Amino acid sequence: MISAHGLRKSFGDFEAVRGIDVEVRKGVAFGFLGPNGAGKSSTMRMICCVSPATGGELRILGLDPATQGPEIRARIGVCPQEDTLDTELNVRENLYVYGRYFGLPRRVVRERIDELLDFVQLTEKAEAKVEDLSGGMKRRLTIARSLVNRPELLVLDEPTTGLDPQARHVIWDRLFRLKQQGVTLLLTTHYMDEAEQLCDELVVMDHGLIVARGAPLDLITEHSSREVAELRFGVGEHDALASKVEDLAERVEVLPDRLLLYSDDGEAVLEAVHNRGLRPVASLVRRSTLEDVFLRLTGRTLVD
Amino acid sequence: MATVDVPDVSMRTPPAPATPLGGALRLLDYWLIAYKRTWKGSVITSFVTPFLYILAMGVLLGGFVTSDPSRLDGATSYLAYVAPGMVATQAMTTVFGEVTYPVMGMVKWQKIYFSMHATPLGVKDIIVAHLAFVMFRVLTTCAVFIAILAPFGVFESVWGTLVAVLVQLLLGLAFATPIYAFACGLEDESSFSLIFRLGMIPLTLFSGTFFPISNLGSVMEAIAKVTPLWQGVDLTRMLVLGRVDGSWAVAHVAYLAVLAALGWWWAVRRLDRRLVQ
Repeated sequence: MISAHGLRKSFGDFEAVRGIDVEVRKGVAFGFLGPNGAGKSSTMRMICCVSPATGGELRILGLDPATQGPEIRARIGVCPQEDTLDTELNVRENLYVYGRYFGLPRRVVRERIDELLDFVQLTEKAEAKVEDLSGGMKRRLTIARSLVNRPELLVLDEPTTGLDPQARHVIWDRLFRLKQQGVTLLLTTHYMDEAEQLCDELVVMDHGLIVARGAPLDLITEHSSREVAELRFGVGEHDALASKVEDLAERVEVLPDRLLLYSDDGEAVLEAVHNRGLRPVASLVRRSTLEDVFLRLTGRTLVD
Repeated sequence: MATVDVPDVSMRTPPAPATPLGGALRLLDYWLIAYKRTWKGSVITSFVTPFLYILAMGVLLGGFVTSDPSRLDGATSYLAYVAPGMVATQAMTTVFGEVTYPVMGMVKWQKIYFSMHATPLGVKDIIVAHLAFVMFRVLTTCAVFIAILAPFGVFESVWGTLVAVLVQLLLGLAFATPIYAFACGLEDESSFSLIFRLGMIPLTLFSGTFFPISNLGSVMEAIAKVTPLWQGVDLTRMLVLGRVDGSWAVAHVAYLAVLAALGWWWAVRRLDRRLVQ
C-alpha cells in the first residue's frame, strides 16, 4: 500500500524527516510512534499527498504522489490531527458535503451517511450542529467523514489525542472493526497503549529518523526486559540511589521522579531493594511497554 | 456494541476531477448549504443598505444638486449620475466583504479548505468554487439593486443596463482575485482593516461614484483613472446612459480582465503555498 525509500522532508534549513524507509502491506494496522516533533505528522502529510517530499521515493497504492496526488486522495481516507469540520453545519451536512467532494452521486452519499452515523454512534446527533458536539463526538464524526469514500487506506494522525479514556476506547473499537474489514490503517500516536492496542507493526521515530521497527511485542522483547520495577524516592534522591541498586537489575533508568529497574522478575528486584534497607516512597512492578523501548532507544519519554 | 454494522469498504470512488470546473461543481453543494445559513443576513446588508444609500445620497442629497448634463457625463439628473456609480461600488464592496474575513476563516479559523484539499479536489478547484460563489453574490446583489433603481427612471438604455449587470461580474472578479490572493496567504487578519480603510473607502469616495473625477484636478484625476473602480464605474455609466464610447469601453474591459487574470495567477500561487507545504 505504501512504500517509502530514503524519504525526506525539509522546511528551509529544518529537516523534519531525514531519510526513512517504510513498507506498509495491505490489511495491516501500521503505527508511527514518537514524541511531538519527531517527524510523524510531516510523514503523514506526505503520504496524504498534501506535502511534496523533499527527497527519496514514495509510492502510495502504487502511485506517485508528486504527479497523481488527486488520484491517490480519491482512494484514501484522512482523519487529521485537528478536526477540520465546518462547525456551523450540522453533523449530517458535514458528511454530505464531504462525500460530494469525492464526486459521489447525491443518493449514494445519503445512503452512506446513515450507515456511517450508525457506525460511529452519532445517529441521534445527525441534526446537531458540530459546535455542540463533545471532543470525542467530533473525532468520531471526523472518522466517519474519512470513510465516506470507502477508502482502501485510512490515515489517522493522533486519533485519540485529547480525548477522555472512554472516548478513546470507543474509537479503538471502531478502528479495530475497520481493520477486521480489511482496511489498511496508518496511524500516528504518542501513546504507547494506543500503539500496543491497535498496531500490528510500528516504527518508532525520533528526530526525523526511524530508530526501531517491528511488532509491538517483538520490540519490547528485543529492547526491554519482561518486567519493570518502578521506585519512587524523595525529590532529588534518584541520581544518588541509582548506583546502590544498579547491580540488582539488567539495566537502571533514572527519571526525574523515579528509578526504573529492568528485569525479568520485578518482584524479586523489589524484594532485594528492600533487603538493602532502601525504603522507596512508592513502588510498583509492571510489564515492559513501548514506552520503555522508546526510553531505551532515545533516552527520553514519549510525551517529551 | 456487538451488533455494529461495519461499513462496506469494497466499492470504489469516482476518479479525480479532470478540470477545475469539474472540481468546483463538486463543491456546489457545500456553497449552497453554506449560503442557506447566511442568506438572511446577506439580504439585509446587500439589498437594504444600497437602498438607503440611494434614498439618502441620490434622492434627498441629490435634490440639492443641479448641474448641466454635459458636466455629469450626460446624466439628466444627479440621481441618474450617481445610480450606476453606486451599482459598481456595490459590486466592489460585496467583493471586499466576501473575500477577506470569509477566506481567512477557510484557511485559518475553521480550516475548511484543508478538509477540501484532503479529497481529490485541488487548489484551483477550491478557488474556482469560492470565486463562483462570490460572483453569485455580486450578481444577485447588483441585479436586485438595479431592479430597485429602475423605477426611478435613471436607466436610459435597456440593453446597456443588461450588459451592465455582466460588467459588474467582470468588475467583481477584477477585485476578487487579487484580494482573495492577498487574504488566503495572510497569517493574521489585522491588515484587513487597513485595506478597508485605505483601499475600499477612498475608492468609493474618489472613483467617480458621487462626482465626476474631472473635479479632482488633473493629477488626482489621472490617479483616479487608473483605479479599477473608476474603470468599472465609467463603463457601467456609459452603458446604462446609452452613451458608449467604443474605444474607452474596450480599454475598460481589457483593464479589468487583465487585473482579474493577474489576481487569479497570484491566488493559485498563494493558496498552493498555504495548503501544500
